[in-house]
Amino acid sequence: MSDLDELYQTLILEHNKSPRNFRALAGASGHAAGRNPLCGDTFDVWVKVRDGLVEEVSFLGQGCAISKASASMMTTAVKGKTVADADALFRRFHQVVTGHATDSADLSDPKLTLGCLSAFAGVSAFPIRVKCATLAWHALMTAIHSPDAGVNSTTP
Amino acid sequence: MSRSVMSASADRALAWDVDRVRADFPALRRSVRGHPLAYLDNAATALKPESVIAGVAEYYTQVSANVARGVHTPSQEATARFEAVRERVAAFIGAASPAEVVFTAGTTAGLNLVAQSYGAAMLEPGDEILVTEIEHHSNLVPWHLVAARTGAVVRGVPLTEDLTLDLDRLEQMLSDRVRVVAVCHASNVLGTVLPIKQIAAMAHRRGAVVVVDGAQAIPHLPVRVGDLGCDFYAFSAHKLFGPTGLGILWGRTELLAKMPPWQGGGGMIAQVELTGSTYAPPPMRFEAGTPPIAEVYGLGAALDYLDGWDRVAATRYEDALADEAAERLAGLSGVTVYRPRGPRVSVVTFTVADIHPHDIGTALDAKGVAVRAGHHCAQPLMRRLGVPATVRVSFAPYNSPADIDALITGVGHAQRVFGA
Repeated sequence: MSDLDELYQTLILEHNKSPRNFRALAGASGHAAGRNPLCGDTFDVWVKVRDGLVEEVSFLGQGCAISKASASMMTTAVKGKTVADADALFRRFHQVVTGHATDSADLSDPKLTLGCLSAFAGVSAFPIRVKCATLAWHALMTAIHSPDAGVNSTTP
Repeated sequence: MSRSVMSASADRALAWDVDRVRADFPALRRSVRGHPLAYLDNAATALKPESVIAGVAEYYTQVSANVARGVHTPSQEATARFEAVRERVAAFIGAASPAEVVFTAGTTAGLNLVAQSYGAAMLEPGDEILVTEIEHHSNLVPWHLVAARTGAVVRGVPLTEDLTLDLDRLEQMLSDRVRVVAVCHASNVLGTVLPIKQIAAMAHRRGAVVVVDGAQAIPHLPVRVGDLGCDFYAFSAHKLFGPTGLGILWGRTELLAKMPPWQGGGGMIAQVELTGSTYAPPPMRFEAGTPPIAEVYGLGAALDYLDGWDRVAATRYEDALADEAAERLAGLSGVTVYRPRGPRVSVVTFTVADIHPHDIGTALDAKGVAVRAGHHCAQPLMRRLGVPATVRVSFAPYNSPADIDALITGVGHAQRVFGA
């Protein structure tokens, strides 16, 4: 597979075309905007956390295929997870897209395997695109942990 | 090979031996992801000929001394070359004297110098600074900063439907409160060449000074500051096939003479007491600290190199490449090309339906084609075009028709990958 096909896997292209949870969220407990001032990409992420559980996640915005598909797949991946597991998943995801971890076999906790998110492993061959893949994730972390940050920008 | 460039300009091809020119640029010999490099990002920075690299190396290997400070021979050699290049630059742009040529860190630094020195000293609350919708952030943000500091007001002149500056609106907006008109000579996104001579005449009738961002014009157009009639003209060495980290600010003698220093330090003083100081005349007044000496050596080599080109033929050649690229891109389904009517430099901006410019940029990179994707530090212009970002290709005289073939093939490949 070429670098390009590795990057733009079918799953990523599909989520780019038909993003999941692409809407604002009524009754959200947290909201944050993720903006990349270098490229102008911008996403709003909403989250509903109750009793330490991520009940709902949604997003809206515009950006490249990588950032949009990443946001979409993030919403499906963290829904129903505990906040602690969502945090750990992001750390794991970050390692993979930056090329610092390619082998998930060492993970004893099955909740932290990337599953579909491993489609983003190809990003590591294009370092400039790491910010695209993590833009919505940074916004999610702000929305969860600093829900009062409101529309404050998150610069990855 | 693209037929029409070769056929439409058979005579030009004779006048411009691109293979010979390409041999001068070592970066063109590298490959990218298994493909020959098709470098179409010249508006970001130009590649360097071997002689410029040698010019920088000459300084470090044979001189490596500071300027204007030493009594020793290497320092005197460095100073002599430094000032000789200043004279070379003055001749290159038609300055009245070498003292009108200030070495800076780049176009951005030059424009900030004018804003922070001339602007901060001359502007009063309620004074107006006119900028245009087509400017690079470098010719907007420095004016935002000085406006906040002085109470002056920044106003934006819009573009026409043809993506050129609306001169009627400019005329209307040139009130008696306008002190500064800040415009680019050529747009970094669209390539539009603005009629500086006309703008300067209009501004001068109202007593405003004209500050020109020349970064995108200097590699393509013969710039004679006297003919342009502007008051300041800033550009960068690195877009002119020279080193990074060096720029030139040209200013009229009488304006530079009344401007206070922007940055203080060594080399820019007349006399320093413990609690106060007086300053050297221009250009030294504006060159605090050790300047980019190796880069000035490199710029001298770049100007020598350009002497070997028929620059009219070079520009005609790169313009033909840009026209060819624009025409072939516009022929692809789903591609929108944004081209101004009238004079322009060899820059072509486009978007592809349903594919974000960054994804096009990455898809082209995978084929060895280097382009710029994004807002190009021109967010107001992106808003005017109604797009968040675009893809930009920009040509230099060492580009070949094969580069356009790679571009067109790459865009088609991206469309297949994305199913667009």
